[in-house]
Amino acid sequence: MDGKSKPKVAVWKFASCDGCQLSLLDCEDQLLAVSREIEIAHFPEASRAVVKGPYDLSLVEGSITTPHDAERIHKIRRSSKFLVSIGACATAGGIQALRNFKDVNEFVSIVYATPDYIDTLQKSTPIADHIKVDFELRGCPIDKMQLIEVISAFINGRKPNIPAHSTCIECKRRGTVCVMVAQGKMCMGPVTHAGCGALCPTYDRGCYGCFGPQETTNTDSLSSQLKKLGADNDEIVRVFRGFNAYAEPFRRESELHDKKNH
Amino acid sequence: MPTPNRSAEKANCMTKKTIKVDYLARVEGEGGLYIKMKDDAVVDVKLKIFEPPRFFEGFLRGRDFKEASDITARICGICPVAYQMSAVHAMENALGVKVDAPLRELRRLLYCGEWIESHTLHIYLLHAPDFLGYPDAIQMAKDHKEIVERGLKLKKAGNQIVSFLGGREIHPVNVRVGGFYKVFSKRDFEPLIEALKWARDAALNTVRWTAKLPFPKFEQDYEFVALHHPEEYPFNEGRIVSNRGLDIDCSEYEEHFQETHVEHSNALHSHLKERGAYFVGPMARYNLNFDQLSPMAREAALEAGLQKECRNPFKSIIIRSVETLYACDEALRVLESYEKPERPYVPVEPREATGFACTEAPRGILYHHYRLDNQGKILDAKIVPPTSQNQKTIEDDLRKFVPQYIHLSQEELTWQCEQAIRNYDPCISCATHFLKLDIERT
Repeated sequence: MDGKSKPKVAVWKFASCDGCQLSLLDCEDQLLAVSREIEIAHFPEASRAVVKGPYDLSLVEGSITTPHDAERIHKIRRSSKFLVSIGACATAGGIQALRNFKDVNEFVSIVYATPDYIDTLQKSTPIADHIKVDFELRGCPIDKMQLIEVISAFINGRKPNIPAHSTCIECKRRGTVCVMVAQGKMCMGPVTHAGCGALCPTYDRGCYGCFGPQETTNTDSLSSQLKKLGADNDEIVRVFRGFNAYAEPFRRESELHDKKNH
Repeated sequence: MPTPNRSAEKANCMTKKTIKVDYLARVEGEGGLYIKMKDDAVVDVKLKIFEPPRFFEGFLRGRDFKEASDITARICGICPVAYQMSAVHAMENALGVKVDAPLRELRRLLYCGEWIESHTLHIYLLHAPDFLGYPDAIQMAKDHKEIVERGLKLKKAGNQIVSFLGGREIHPVNVRVGGFYKVFSKRDFEPLIEALKWARDAALNTVRWTAKLPFPKFEQDYEFVALHHPEEYPFNEGRIVSNRGLDIDCSEYEEHFQETHVEHSNALHSHLKERGAYFVGPMARYNLNFDQLSPMAREAALEAGLQKECRNPFKSIIIRSVETLYACDEALRVLESYEKPERPYVPVEPREATGFACTEAPRGILYHHYRLDNQGKILDAKIVPPTSQNQKTIEDDLRKFVPQYIHLSQEELTWQCEQAIRNYDPCISCATHFLKLDIERT
């Protein structure tokens, strides 16, 4: 990026709740400072002004669920030097990937009276299934300080400092007593990617895996533990089929237990 | 966009034009506008919603009743608390559980946080730039730095409530059927009280500031629909009432309201079976619940030149500011009288049942209806978000608004139409289960 002009950052939306891009507007203390360092060139949720590409950094929220979006993402990749997918929808297909385990037509007819008007793909898929992604920032929603770290890293040409260990480690670091061991609560912490600061155990509940799988997971061992706590197959399927249901390790584990159900 | 040659058009006896906005900005989600005119009369208005559908009602089937609040929160990152509140109240309605003070008060507090955060986002970052002629708040900050900074700090105060009580601003983790996972002592809330006292002053200044903005003359005869509770401004409880005599329990919602599927929208259109289009959100709440506002909020509204009734949707920015002031005032009231509950939640047992709830999301009433089996599994779910209820009213507004401003250039008229849509703070992500703007004039 040349030293004269500010780097151009674009924000793009696909199927999502808008929460991850809202994280940028939730940086109340940093927003004006950030906007002095970068040019927010395309961010429809915040501005009606649009600056044409190419862009130095594209932040992509949401999953691919329509034929039109499957085309659109390629155009965005072509106009972006770096592209980062943000949030569980963009990195794993999101909660809407629950359709991937069923026939989507069944869902269309549950929600819409005239299914013919609806144009949708069979599966909800992450951005990296369609194009090359330079970095994936996890979370449902993402952590806003991690977002600022990622933007800062890419505009300064360095690697983002985002730890890839488990939520379990964050919990130990915080000194939170283990809710699974001490209180017998079901917790996804051992297999879930760090980033939230082990929020749920701090609020007296088990982690529900909103940051998706950590780098190397032992989902099988977690399932055994959940069984000891009284979970049946159906419950284990539901535990892994949350906001990152279609992320490979979680998908595999839920399918294993789904088969045992039938 | 080419500016149409007005004189050339007047030479024709038949003139047609189109106003088109392919991708509406400063709204939450993906939508556009298409308006077609013939002889300066509007012949077609379509609020197009191409936000991809995500089928929440479909995949809620088979999930446990305890999961609905966290799953439905993901419908919207701007108002997740609203989804959590409607979900838990519907489940409690189904399972015969009543959550009383102080847990009930804590839920009001959480909702205050979301109203402050969501309203302030819309007032300062999404709507005010229209009135002052800026593409966004960041450009506006170059000339009005202190105002934008006040807005951001006020927004932050709302987020502080949600992130402290809920765990984080977006998709909070602390809400459960029956109450909360964790509750706090009175002392834990002390830092919030200081932030909220500042926020209440800033909200009062916001009311005074928005009252001075330029407003187009545009008064319409709407049917306003909102919750109404005799003793309090509504969040989680009350009857569904309107200014045309509707007065029903939440369980009767589907007898009076109907959703239809139209081709140009991935969001179902909602209407009153007997009378058609209606209006939900801050202006509806204000018109139906003025007497329930706190004395400070009522006084600020009157001082700002509002009457007890307001029918100009452009003035919704003042009403959002009044509600923000109310939410700061109410949050302080809750905190000052707060005593830590004995237990964080009321225990809940599953049974075969049906439950209904309506709560006041920042954008208006949010209806949830669930049917459960004897194990507490969800058999059916129905969710009606505020924006899908306002779609017809937004289209009706444009139909009446455009002919009044037909003399404007294409660019100016298009921007005015966008502003007319933003009056409703539409949340398309919510409604799609919902916006793109085309104004056609040939």
